[in-house]
Amino acid sequence: MTDLRLGTYESVIGLEVHAELLTASKIFCGCSASFGAPPNQHTCPVCIGMPGMLPVLNRRVVEFAVRAGLATHCRIAPTSRWARKNYFYPDLCKGYQISQFELPICEAGYVDITVDGTAKRVRLTRIHMEEDTGKNIHDGNSSGSLVDFNRSGVPLLEIVSEPDMTWPAEAGAYLRTLRSILQYLQICDGNMEEGSFRCDANCSVRPKGSTTLGTKVEIKNMNSFRAVERAIAYELERQVRVLEEGGTLVQETRLWDPDREETRSMRSKESSHDYRYFPDPDLPPLVIPDGFVEEVQRSLPELPDARRARFVEKLGLPDYDAEVLTARRDVADYFEAVVAAHGNAKAASNWVMGDILRLVREQKLDDAPVIERWPVSAAHLGALIALIDGGTISGKIAKTVFEEMLASGDAPAAIVERKGLTQVSDEGPIVAAIDQILAANGPKVEEYRSGKDKLFGFFVGQVMKATGGKANPGLVNRILKEKLGA
Amino acid sequence: MLTDLTIAAAAERLRRGDLSAVELTRAALDRIAATDSAIHAFLTVTADEALAQAAAVDAERKTGHDRGPLAGIPIAVKDVIATKGVRTTAASKILADFVPPYDATVTRRLRDAGAVIVGKVNCDEFAMGSSNENSAFALTRNPWDLDRVPGGSSGGSAAAVAARQAFASLGTDTGGSIRLPAGYTGIVGMKPTYGRVSRFGVIAYASSLDQVGPMARDVTDCALVLQALAGHDPRDSTSVDRPVPDYGAAVARGADEGARGLRIALPREYFGGGMQPEVEAAVRAAAATFTSGGADVQDASLPHTEYAVSCYYVLAPAEASSNLARYDGIRYGLRAPADGLLDLYRKSRAAGFGPEVKRRIMLGTYVLSSGYYDAYYLKAQKVRTLIRRDFERVFADADVIVTPVAPTTAFRIGEKTADPLQMYLSDVFMISVNLAGLPGIVVPCGVDAAGMPIGLQIVGPPFGEEVVLRAARAFEAATSWHQLRPPELAEGKPPK
Repeated sequence: MTDLRLGTYESVIGLEVHAELLTASKIFCGCSASFGAPPNQHTCPVCIGMPGMLPVLNRRVVEFAVRAGLATHCRIAPTSRWARKNYFYPDLCKGYQISQFELPICEAGYVDITVDGTAKRVRLTRIHMEEDTGKNIHDGNSSGSLVDFNRSGVPLLEIVSEPDMTWPAEAGAYLRTLRSILQYLQICDGNMEEGSFRCDANCSVRPKGSTTLGTKVEIKNMNSFRAVERAIAYELERQVRVLEEGGTLVQETRLWDPDREETRSMRSKESSHDYRYFPDPDLPPLVIPDGFVEEVQRSLPELPDARRARFVEKLGLPDYDAEVLTARRDVADYFEAVVAAHGNAKAASNWVMGDILRLVREQKLDDAPVIERWPVSAAHLGALIALIDGGTISGKIAKTVFEEMLASGDAPAAIVERKGLTQVSDEGPIVAAIDQILAANGPKVEEYRSGKDKLFGFFVGQVMKATGGKANPGLVNRILKEKLGA
Repeated sequence: MLTDLTIAAAAERLRRGDLSAVELTRAALDRIAATDSAIHAFLTVTADEALAQAAAVDAERKTGHDRGPLAGIPIAVKDVIATKGVRTTAASKILADFVPPYDATVTRRLRDAGAVIVGKVNCDEFAMGSSNENSAFALTRNPWDLDRVPGGSSGGSAAAVAARQAFASLGTDTGGSIRLPAGYTGIVGMKPTYGRVSRFGVIAYASSLDQVGPMARDVTDCALVLQALAGHDPRDSTSVDRPVPDYGAAVARGADEGARGLRIALPREYFGGGMQPEVEAAVRAAAATFTSGGADVQDASLPHTEYAVSCYYVLAPAEASSNLARYDGIRYGLRAPADGLLDLYRKSRAAGFGPEVKRRIMLGTYVLSSGYYDAYYLKAQKVRTLIRRDFERVFADADVIVTPVAPTTAFRIGEKTADPLQMYLSDVFMISVNLAGLPGIVVPCGVDAAGMPIGLQIVGPPFGEEVVLRAARAFEAATSWHQLRPPELAEGKPPK
């Protein structure tokens, strides 16, 4: 399962995820929460912490948090509370972050993951809502640093797991599953590089069989799933190395350096912040109105687990196909639209997993939270598969038609018509072509008949070439067999 | 003099057309010019804006549009309340040049009512203090005796009204900051129920206690201003969405029916000890006035009163330490020359905050610290609940509670600055009301041998502003203390 060198030690991993929510506006003011504006364009007196400004909660944030909580089997607190987390930093405009501490909105949930075919349940401690901070910019041109408050006040969910994971691959699987759930809920775009889905890892090692936890180290600055797995692997081995060399571990925060592939100490517990959490007097306790949770529950989409199972059971797809197709809700939706257009789920799956997803990745269409523009429409792809299944074109011709669909955007039938690509299923022309080829290749016919079976492919190729690739391959095979066998 | 008019009287003349808002505003501005070198109530006088506002009100009135009783009335605003385009300092060096790009909701409501804002008045820095001696900019003096403090923290608001520089003012009250200075300067000041008036745009001291309220020369005027301020504000999540009653009707009822039928409680914990005898005598006499007006006055007990000051000095600094963290020299306000980030924070905050503000930031940081939170902050929250319950029990059998404002009348400048604890005790009768979130009004009820005003506090149940105003007006109608005024200042006479 792993090639980690942990010797007589075992590892314990827990993850904290920060997911930026896809609300239109910020959590406590009306400013836009969208990415990409010039610095400090999405700001107002509230989200830059001017004197006397007060927070007003964005109701959508609560709805999104409840969605996440329900999708991860959490208990939704009827009353939760806002707290201030106090510390000084230039990107933190009020000198405190509004968060939740003692009474978070969601508690005690779980996420089911699969690693190498083995199922595992990772429990969630809590999910709470909080505001994001701004961003310090050290651009080197000015004498000081600059601060961009566009992200200040963008809503976040902090999702905290129990220390239920053992191997880096489990951490990776947990993150992928969690991200997929949030994307299905359409509450987070899950972009790790842009920082809209961020992860800190807590890990420790202990002698195998021990029931107490070892000294915990927090790792930050991991910008991809791969980085998370690499950083945890590095850190676990480092901890074992320190212990085996007779050293002791300190509780600390370490930063992952992706270039040097190592973690480096950032601060120890002794110098860690005392955040002086206390209930925020500017915000009353959050009381979830009657019926709200039920209303959100009813609006939940089919989640990845359920959809995967349905693809296997109802559509007869292999586990692997179901896994790949359901990882993103938009991909699964597209796939289902192709199936709806024609049927033949396995063929649809092959096309979507093959040509379509390759193009999607090449064209970076999946950078968007929801893929808006597909290389070809689901209806057209369904129609293309229908042409193959109906015998109008061969699978080989279909590739040509597909290229033309990409170039022109036309319906496959129109392309087939225009280019004269309709498969030849009349026996007459095929028989004529075969007779001509057999006559022209007398010596090879003899070789074949004397046992050189491999030459069958040569004859098929010649026939297809002679018919411009349009001959029905099934017919070609049957007639060739008959003639060569004679 | 025009500046001696009450708002009600001035509004009547404005309505009749025999007085213009510009004339009235000029009178107030002249009065400020003539007296403020002695009083030092104002940090900023907005003469041009005020005259323009007044002219606009006059013009509008000519078209037949009447915004109501505050239209054209000169009002002063405490300098912790944001006024768009006008310097708002919180009497702190750290905000010495801060000009907010927004109005507080209360400022906006005053403007909507047609009130003319004549300027920003002094206070203790960030509203922390009981004497106004903590202002970074000016020492405001009590118009009744320039050697005495006007009380704090809304001392400028109180002095401006008492000295006839403005017809009313806005103050804020976190632990007595409207009521104590009202009592010390012989005017009427009211702290509404927590949540009755928006805090949006009010520079926060202790958010769970802060409340804006009116200060005026009599109960009727106080109610007129409250009427304009009160009401739900969607921009303040702690403001309460609840209909605003007709406070004028409550005041009228006080005048018409007097105290008849009112059940009044006198809490025994608010008397005795080191109280100035004249103060106790005046409050007892006030109780007798209520009795003879047909009220049923009974002794009562608020047993947790003795813990209120300690409780307050845990909770208010805790919130303040967090509320004042935003003054870091990064985005606005004072930034000291510094070498590196930590140095920038240290030097800017060291230079920007005065000693009392620093003391409270340290207190608050301490009580919220890991390992001390439970013993201080959490314990104080529990005490706060007990104090609130004390009031609930008394209000089960009483309409209002009547108490003295403070153990003494206004003290001398410098008398208590060396001893912060003595200073804190000035608010001993004020603080419980904030902790319980209740409405309280202060009306004048006497003078001591030195001629200094004595105040009476009337406290009501949550959202009981009507009964508080009714009781206050009933007392006022039965007495003439509110008609006393400070001795006239010689023009431009410097303080002794």
